[in-house]
Amino acid sequence: METLMVCLIGIFVVVATYLLLSKNLIRIILGTALLSHAVHLLILTIGEVKKGDVPLLKETPGPYTDALPQALILTAIVISFAVTAFLLVLAYRVYATNKTDNVEKLRGDEYE
Amino acid sequence: MNQVLLIFLPVLFALFVPLLYKTFSRIHTGWFVLLVPLTLAIYYARFIPNITEGPYTSTFYWVKSLDLSVTSYLDGLSLLFSLLITIIGSLVVLYSIFYLDRKKEQLHNFYFYLLMFMTAMLGVVQSDHLISLYLFWELTSISSFLLIGYWYNRDRSRFGALKSMMITVFGGLMMLGGFLLLAQAGGSYSIRELIANGSVIADSPYFIWMIVLILLGAFTKSAQFPFYIWLPDAMEAPTPVSAYLHSATMVKAGIYLVARLTPLFAVSEYWIWLVVLSGLITLFWGSFFSVKQTDLKGILAFSTVSQLGMIMAMLGAAGIAFHVESPQKTIFAFAAYAAIFHLVNHATFKGSLFMVAGIVDHETGTRDIRKLGGLMSLMPISFTIAAIGSLAMAGLPPFNGFLSKELFLTSMLSLKEFSLFNFSTWGPILPWVAFVASIFTFVYCLYFLYYTFMGKGNTSKLPKKPHEAPIGMLISPIILASLVVAIFFIPNVIGKYFIKPAVLAMQPQLYETIDDIPIHVQAWHGWTTELQMTIGIVVIGFLLFITLKKWQPIYRFVSEKWSLNGLYNRLMRFADVDSQKLSNLYMTGSMRHYLMYMFAFMVVAVISTLFMSNGFNYSTANTAEVGIFEIATLIVMIIGTLTVLIARTRLTAIIALGAVGYSVALFFIIFNAPDLALTQLVIETVSVALFLLAFYHLPKMSRHEERMPFKINNFLIALGVGVMVTLVALSAQSQKLLPSISQYYKDTVYTKAGGGNIVNVILVDYRGFDTLFEITVLAIAGMAILGMIKLRRPKKEKKTHETK
Repeated sequence: METLMVCLIGIFVVVATYLLLSKNLIRIILGTALLSHAVHLLILTIGEVKKGDVPLLKETPGPYTDALPQALILTAIVISFAVTAFLLVLAYRVYATNKTDNVEKLRGDEYE
Repeated sequence: MNQVLLIFLPVLFALFVPLLYKTFSRIHTGWFVLLVPLTLAIYYARFIPNITEGPYTSTFYWVKSLDLSVTSYLDGLSLLFSLLITIIGSLVVLYSIFYLDRKKEQLHNFYFYLLMFMTAMLGVVQSDHLISLYLFWELTSISSFLLIGYWYNRDRSRFGALKSMMITVFGGLMMLGGFLLLAQAGGSYSIRELIANGSVIADSPYFIWMIVLILLGAFTKSAQFPFYIWLPDAMEAPTPVSAYLHSATMVKAGIYLVARLTPLFAVSEYWIWLVVLSGLITLFWGSFFSVKQTDLKGILAFSTVSQLGMIMAMLGAAGIAFHVESPQKTIFAFAAYAAIFHLVNHATFKGSLFMVAGIVDHETGTRDIRKLGGLMSLMPISFTIAAIGSLAMAGLPPFNGFLSKELFLTSMLSLKEFSLFNFSTWGPILPWVAFVASIFTFVYCLYFLYYTFMGKGNTSKLPKKPHEAPIGMLISPIILASLVVAIFFIPNVIGKYFIKPAVLAMQPQLYETIDDIPIHVQAWHGWTTELQMTIGIVVIGFLLFITLKKWQPIYRFVSEKWSLNGLYNRLMRFADVDSQKLSNLYMTGSMRHYLMYMFAFMVVAVISTLFMSNGFNYSTANTAEVGIFEIATLIVMIIGTLTVLIARTRLTAIIALGAVGYSVALFFIIFNAPDLALTQLVIETVSVALFLLAFYHLPKMSRHEERMPFKINNFLIALGVGVMVTLVALSAQSQKLLPSISQYYKDTVYTKAGGGNIVNVILVDYRGFDTLFEITVLAIAGMAILGMIKLRRPKKEKKTHETK
């Protein structure tokens, strides 16, 4: 299972990197979102995906899956959401100010 | 302690100079400044009679724990230099009082820099600690930079200052490297202790490096070939500065360093060869190109270069004394004596010549030798001084230059006798080089003297009406010129009190006391080869001077472009313009390019590290089994991802990303992570909504959306990153070295934290700080978004544009 997961993550990363290298702001943000998915899944995979019970004491008999990666991922999800939301509004403002969403045109002046 | 304080006396006094300049604006500030070098000169003169009774040291600890101190070490050599610095310093300050105008010049700046230089120079010659020697060394570079650029509104001054700074600081840094190697090998920073420990240092594998690096420092400072090019450009400085720094003191710092370290390095043939050769090449080169110059100070600059080369060559020959047994020993000890003697003589006659050049400039308004001439009857005193200085430089009796020139020829001739280090093969050439260079020296001395003062000359065309300089300006050159003559008649008095103690300090292994140095200088020493050579020099030199107009055009063949100055200019252009072009090649301003560099570098670095350190590992021993749900979700996710990539419209891409996000949530369910699944579902929903919002507002102009164009470079880099992540993840997954720490959480979540949901208890109890700052991140993002939407600076430019 882990091997398959890692391959999937590899595909995610390829696509995300390719999107990051594009010229379009929205595509770049799509790329970052996809990259964060890849990282979350990677944390989960490197942790432990061996079948265990849901880590809820008293509710399930156990043995439980590893709860630490889950806690880490939960934190990461929230942070990446905050960053994605920020980037999206930033992209919106960039467009409103500069009337373009093409990063190649957003170079700025040399002495700016 | 006293001795160390005296080093700093000039710079401490300099702090009061601006005050004196402002308060006593009617008195020339130079009069106050004059007190400092005079006091010091008198103080140092008290050491003269008993300097051989041993070095006088005094230490001031600066950073004791790092063994950093300023140690003042006065022996014959450093006393001689200290006296040169203070005595010539006094004369130069006196001269500058009459040279620089009280009302027109910014005297407080000038004297501040000059006093700073004096401290730096005293520090260089008295320091026993390598690091403090280096610091004072760089301080001489800095103060020289400030003094050359004194008239900072002239382009040439700034250019000269920068050039001298670049070259001397380059050498200084190299020298620091040599010092550090030296201290490393010898286990001490003290020059005394290093010399005592010489045999250990000679065995160091970095011995050659020390020699080369330290000599680079000495050669750049003392304007040796090919680093002499800064000195002619430094002539843009006020003349007192040229006389002081660029003839008598600073350019001799390198000479001092070579003399000081001779007992340490002269055991190496590389040292001897490098010093002798660079000295002789510089001697020839400087004297040859001096005749080309048309500027008075230019001639003097090249002649300084040439004379410094001569001293350097003698110092190299002096090093041989460590390799031979008596009676030859006396011959090479001779070279050390000759070097120090010429150093003193050069300081006297070159100082006076610079002052005369300054007087001529001051009284006629030009230094161009093509415009000057016929000043002899108008400026008889200056002419006399110039004649004494030039003839001493040319090496004629009855002036001191004659004696040191004879000694120089003797030491060069004795190189033939020396058989070690291939000197028997190449040695015979060296006296001939010295001979030819001396001929040119003779020619430029006459050239300088004749075309300034004699000949016809049209004095009416000069910018100013020439007349004799005020007496104050003449005092210093007169004193120096009388010294030039006096030394010729009393060479052995000078020798006993000044030269021999210095030689003793330079070659401490060879002698016990100064009486062991068997040298007695005589003006008439018999019908020797040296005398015959001198006669040859005078005759050939005179013939060459008469035919000067015929052969001077050969200098036109020496193209400026291929000269060392051209090389320097090209180097500077490379460092400035060309490197700008180079960085413009990759600093394109495009974010895509930077991302490509970063990704490509990351891929190469990580994958090569992985395989070079045999880090890659793959095993399926410890993995979970594959179920049907997982496969199905996996396929959905792959399809979703590829759809994001190839979607024609952005809407499709956004929805496909949403699908991927929900599938991730599904994965979380399959892998028994209910909290994650909940959060992922909610957040994916909000994210997709946000994406749609942005999509709605974004590019209206590209309604006719098109598929992302395929770019092979981007794809290859993306593929590389993917492969890198996959490989690292696989090998990390396959080799878990330690068991998880989660067992502790499972064991104590209820008993200690009082909760059943392990994930939630980790988030708020075990690792609550993460959560706190994650909340902070969210809050900051929220505020930033609010700020971006609400706060806008009005666009003034555009509005004014519209109203037009």
